[in-house]
Amino acid sequence: MSYSAPQCLNGCIQCDDVCVEFGNVLVLDEVSFSIPRGVLTGVVGPNGGGKSTLFNALVGLQPIAHGNILVNGLLPGASRGTISYVPQREMVNWRFPLSVKDVVSLGAINRGSIFRKYWFSDNGEVEEALRKVDMWDSKDDLVSNLSGGQRQRTFIARALTQEAEILLLDEAFSGVDISSQEGVIDVLRNLRDEGTTILMATHDLNNLSDRFDEVLCLNRHVCAHGNPESVFTEEVLTELYGSHGEMFAEHRIGHHDHVD
Amino acid sequence: MIMWIDLLFEPLQYSFISRALIVCILVGITCPFLGAFVINREMAFMGDALAHAVLPGLVVAYAFGISPFIGALPTGIIVALVIGYIVKKSGVSNDTSIGIVFSGLFSLGLIMLSLTGGTKLNVEDILLGQLLGTSITDVYITIGTTVVLSVVLIIFYRQLVFVGFDFQGAKVAGLPADKLDYLLLILITVVIVMSLQVVGIILVVGMLITPAAASSLIVRRFPPVILLGIVFGVLSAVSGLYLSYYFNLPSGPSIAMVSSIIFAICFAASRCLKA
Repeated sequence: MSYSAPQCLNGCIQCDDVCVEFGNVLVLDEVSFSIPRGVLTGVVGPNGGGKSTLFNALVGLQPIAHGNILVNGLLPGASRGTISYVPQREMVNWRFPLSVKDVVSLGAINRGSIFRKYWFSDNGEVEEALRKVDMWDSKDDLVSNLSGGQRQRTFIARALTQEAEILLLDEAFSGVDISSQEGVIDVLRNLRDEGTTILMATHDLNNLSDRFDEVLCLNRHVCAHGNPESVFTEEVLTELYGSHGEMFAEHRIGHHDHVD
Repeated sequence: MIMWIDLLFEPLQYSFISRALIVCILVGITCPFLGAFVINREMAFMGDALAHAVLPGLVVAYAFGISPFIGALPTGIIVALVIGYIVKKSGVSNDTSIGIVFSGLFSLGLIMLSLTGGTKLNVEDILLGQLLGTSITDVYITIGTTVVLSVVLIIFYRQLVFVGFDFQGAKVAGLPADKLDYLLLILITVVIVMSLQVVGIILVVGMLITPAAASSLIVRRFPPVILLGIVFGVLSAVSGLYLSYYFNLPSGPSIAMVSSIIFAICFAASRCLKA
């Protein structure tokens, strides 16, 4: 059997020895991993561990100093448009008075005929996306008045109208209460079952195994990548969170109980 | 009834008032259209700075006897791009960079003004507008600019909304977000320069933001904010012009004053509606 290099086609992400530098600081250090189509991956790690930087590199907004990235089989800049990005809440201008429907219809902006690009949107498509994330009843609400979970579902609906094959969510659960988090995860699971590849950055280690198919542990380099039930060894936690890792080791990952 | 119509039409027998009226209406339309973007992206200070920073271009235009529009527009666009560049690239905060460029160029303009003193240049006209001195050329330039501006805004409306709401998301979706930001700055500059004739450097920011802000107190979504803002803008400009005619008031401040009063009424109304 001859060995063939791993193929990176639709919906798949591959990083080989990716390094990113800010000045003299190495923010990502030889990051390598491969994510196949239709997997829901949690990207965990401390603040400043490079999660947002990795996402920016994947979409081609952050130049890489070394290594290779293939997204959908293309270089990051070339694959823009096939990726949808749900930004951290601080990155969005909530002051802008748009309704849920307005935001979702922006997804199709770079697709289809020139008229749709510049002015019109396909209402049927917007309705379908909003029903999928259970936001149709709130379609006329201003996004600034929504709860954290509703905002996330609105952005996910925007990704649907964009027909993105890959969805990146940056700290999607900050400011979202636990019960709404479950609602968002349900929506993401359905998308995954339809073949969307999903990466969600989070620094919340609770409930990882209930939520994600795989976790990617990132603290400047990949500390571990795999099944959330098994990757969190004591070494991995120490590498992720330094000496505090020992404290986390006392937590049983995937459950939310303290060991006193 | 007849009397009201007379009051409306009487001033129009003077051609300089008719010319002023046309320019007022066009400025009343374009200012709030862009103003809606300005207030929602918190760019009011940027708008004020742009208006002041075109002074050197204006002085040169007056000194050489060319249309102030032709002098101010290139200056404004260069200033807009420089401020935009500094804001994006320097470590200095947004409002600090704007303030530095603003004060630097405004003082340069004032110095140039004093050096060219003794000519027919009137500082007050430049600072407060000279609506009643609108020439037929100014009218044509304003009409042309309004058409170009409207076409560009309609074409790029959705993209400008996307970028204003979610810059990062727009980039990922494949939009040229940085270029769209510069485009918005250029459009704001164009509208400011065309409004200088009407309200002058100091009050132009009032025309840009006040009608749109008043409108955003009454209606919520972005497209209605623009439409009602245009109604308020035209109302302010036209009634300000008539007030200045009948009560012999300076026209620029009358217009800016009416828009402030409209804002105050909307503010009171929105409080009452909430209560």
